[in-house]
Amino acid sequence: MLLPERLGGNYMLKKMILGAASLAVAGSMYTTTPSFAEDTLYIPSLSYRTGAFAGAGTPIANGFADYFAMLNARDGGIGGAKIVLEECETGYKADKGVECYEATKGNGALAYNPYSTGITLQLIPKAPVDEIPILSMGYGLSAAAIGEKFPWTFNYPASYWSQMSSILKYIDSNGGIKGKKIGFIYLDVGYGREPIPLLDQLAPEMGFEWVGFPVAGKDMQNQAATWLNVRKERPDWMIAWSFGAMTPTAVKEAAKIRFPMDKFIGNWWSGAHADLEPVGAPGKGYLAANFSGIGTDFPALQDVLKHVVDAGKSQAAKEDIGKVNYNRGLFNAVIMAEAIRAAQAKTGKKAITGADMRLGLESFVLDEARLKEIGLEGFTAPVVGSCADHEGAGSIFLQQWNGSDWERVSDLIAPMTEVVKPLLEAAADSYVKEQADWKTQSCG
Amino acid sequence: MELLNQIFIEPFQTMYALPDLLLQTLWEGFVAGTLYSLIALGFVLIFKASGVFNFAQGIMVVFAALVLVGVHALGVNAYLAVLITLGVMALLAMTVVRVVLKPLVNQPDIILFMATIGLTYILIAGGQLVFGGEPKAMITEELGLPTGSSDWEVGGGIVIFQHIDIAAAVIAVILIAGLAIFFNKTRVGRALRAVADDHQAALSVGISLEYIWMVVWFAAGVVALTAGIMWAAKSDVSFALQVVALKALPVLVLGGFTSIPGAIIGGLIIGLGEKVFELYWGSTILGGGTEAWFAFIIALLFLLYRPEGLFGEKLIERI
Repeated sequence: MLLPERLGGNYMLKKMILGAASLAVAGSMYTTTPSFAEDTLYIPSLSYRTGAFAGAGTPIANGFADYFAMLNARDGGIGGAKIVLEECETGYKADKGVECYEATKGNGALAYNPYSTGITLQLIPKAPVDEIPILSMGYGLSAAAIGEKFPWTFNYPASYWSQMSSILKYIDSNGGIKGKKIGFIYLDVGYGREPIPLLDQLAPEMGFEWVGFPVAGKDMQNQAATWLNVRKERPDWMIAWSFGAMTPTAVKEAAKIRFPMDKFIGNWWSGAHADLEPVGAPGKGYLAANFSGIGTDFPALQDVLKHVVDAGKSQAAKEDIGKVNYNRGLFNAVIMAEAIRAAQAKTGKKAITGADMRLGLESFVLDEARLKEIGLEGFTAPVVGSCADHEGAGSIFLQQWNGSDWERVSDLIAPMTEVVKPLLEAAADSYVKEQADWKTQSCG
Repeated sequence: MELLNQIFIEPFQTMYALPDLLLQTLWEGFVAGTLYSLIALGFVLIFKASGVFNFAQGIMVVFAALVLVGVHALGVNAYLAVLITLGVMALLAMTVVRVVLKPLVNQPDIILFMATIGLTYILIAGGQLVFGGEPKAMITEELGLPTGSSDWEVGGGIVIFQHIDIAAAVIAVILIAGLAIFFNKTRVGRALRAVADDHQAALSVGISLEYIWMVVWFAAGVVALTAGIMWAAKSDVSFALQVVALKALPVLVLGGFTSIPGAIIGGLIIGLGEKVFELYWGSTILGGGTEAWFAFIIALLFLLYRPEGLFGEKLIERI
């Protein structure tokens, strides 16, 4: 039977075969000790293609894997060393994430990208012990931005607090924020609560009032009462720190109470194609932060299409290449690749270690010239690794849903570093004080 | 003093000042309540017929919605896709009865309960393997379900009635009434009640346990499909939807595990109660997010003072 595009034909068959193959591979993983050639770069990928958040986890894992596959196919790896990527399914659960970490760290892991704030928080204390850095790209613990206090954790290109400050700046530049009421709807877990201290700090300084609307994990798709509350409170703007099924539900409920969509801003985990495609036209006007480009009009993306997707080596459907979360995963791989190159240059080794990788993460330079060189000109704001600043204080831009796709609608918005930095430092101090034998570093 | 004001004065002042918001809250509670009732009904049907607490009811909601959307994505007409989905749910009912339940006849209830947990994992894995884990849009318009809304001006404000919510409430009420009539007035329904009262006595008068079980599992599948369509229309079809079905647990405690009217009344009490409490008390006194636990607190109170629920049969055991 000939089947149509998305759920059809080759795609579905491929998924079933891949599923069976994954099971076979997973089975064999437990019976054999993996061995990798000497000149390889081993990168574990803590993915979640199953569970409530698979809609985000799947494209991210695909983008992450495909960029490395492209580098292997096009360049023979990085600096002459092939990249070996191994996925481990976490289901977005912290306990599974730790299991994956323990199962793979002995294979020479260069760094971990947990893609979950919950898993990141579990791994932060392990990183210095095992000497394997954590790159929580745009999520995790905001305070990890302070490199002197967190030598082994990175959150390039920006922390949640920096992102929130950029969003508040956008509001301020669109009618002023003073005297306004900001509604903050958030997934009531560590991730969603993360920017609350910043809102508390900035509200009196910038002269706005904020009101929180927590949504429990099990009520992600049951938000009617929350939005009745929004209607009662009548905020001027709404900001969402949502994830997975919470986002389309929130946007639908906002449309239902006729909240103006162009005054509703999601963070960078609340603005993927998978979030708004189920909403469609009623979500028109909804805004979301982003830090990675949309679409495939970049030479690097074209190379991925040519060397990986068209060659049948990708798990992604062709129409999903270039979507928000796919490109997010790809950008994560770009930072990893650039850090590997920097580490190779610093140490003179092809096959580097986790400790070398940490040096690479503190010294890579992804400026505009380098972005152009690797085929990603205009894809993102420049990010430069440093010892002291592990977030890069990167800028974001806003994108808007036009009813069927995302469109970039703002220039880059830099964070309010002068306000955020002291808060990050205080939070980092507080974290470190609570740890026994925590090793800091001096950045001179 | 401030707290007493927030409990006894402010909420009622707000209700009086904003009657449109109160009516909107009651409407939202009613819509949610009918859907809770529908999901709870799926549990009750199976529990009545077989004494099995079907842990898989939540994932059946997701699975049915996934099959519907998946079949439609293959180019099949939406109504034909509904029929095919019903066929799949019938096949699922037959498979569950023959492969899972029949070999476990006469085993303790907890074994059957564990078997439904296993079934949950099979449906999750099977669903993800075939349809993928990505969220999908419900085919609301293709099914001819209404979109848009109507306003009703009240006290200087408006009450917004989403047409999909009206449709959800009407369909849920029709389905609940239909199932109630089917199980009370038909031969199969009488057989179900006989099975529910006493398996062995029912067997002795020639009632086929296997047949009755298949009928109730299929009915639970129909309920799951309806709940899946209606709830997914409000958000999307994703595996997170199965958690919404957990709300049926307090509904069951409230209404009784064996009572169809109990499931209906329980669902409405929970739906209305959680919305009203969140808006007028939870958000001001407790910082919001009370919907997540309000229903379970009510259930806990019932377990303490009326464990058989509002309409459940009082369990009297000779010791």
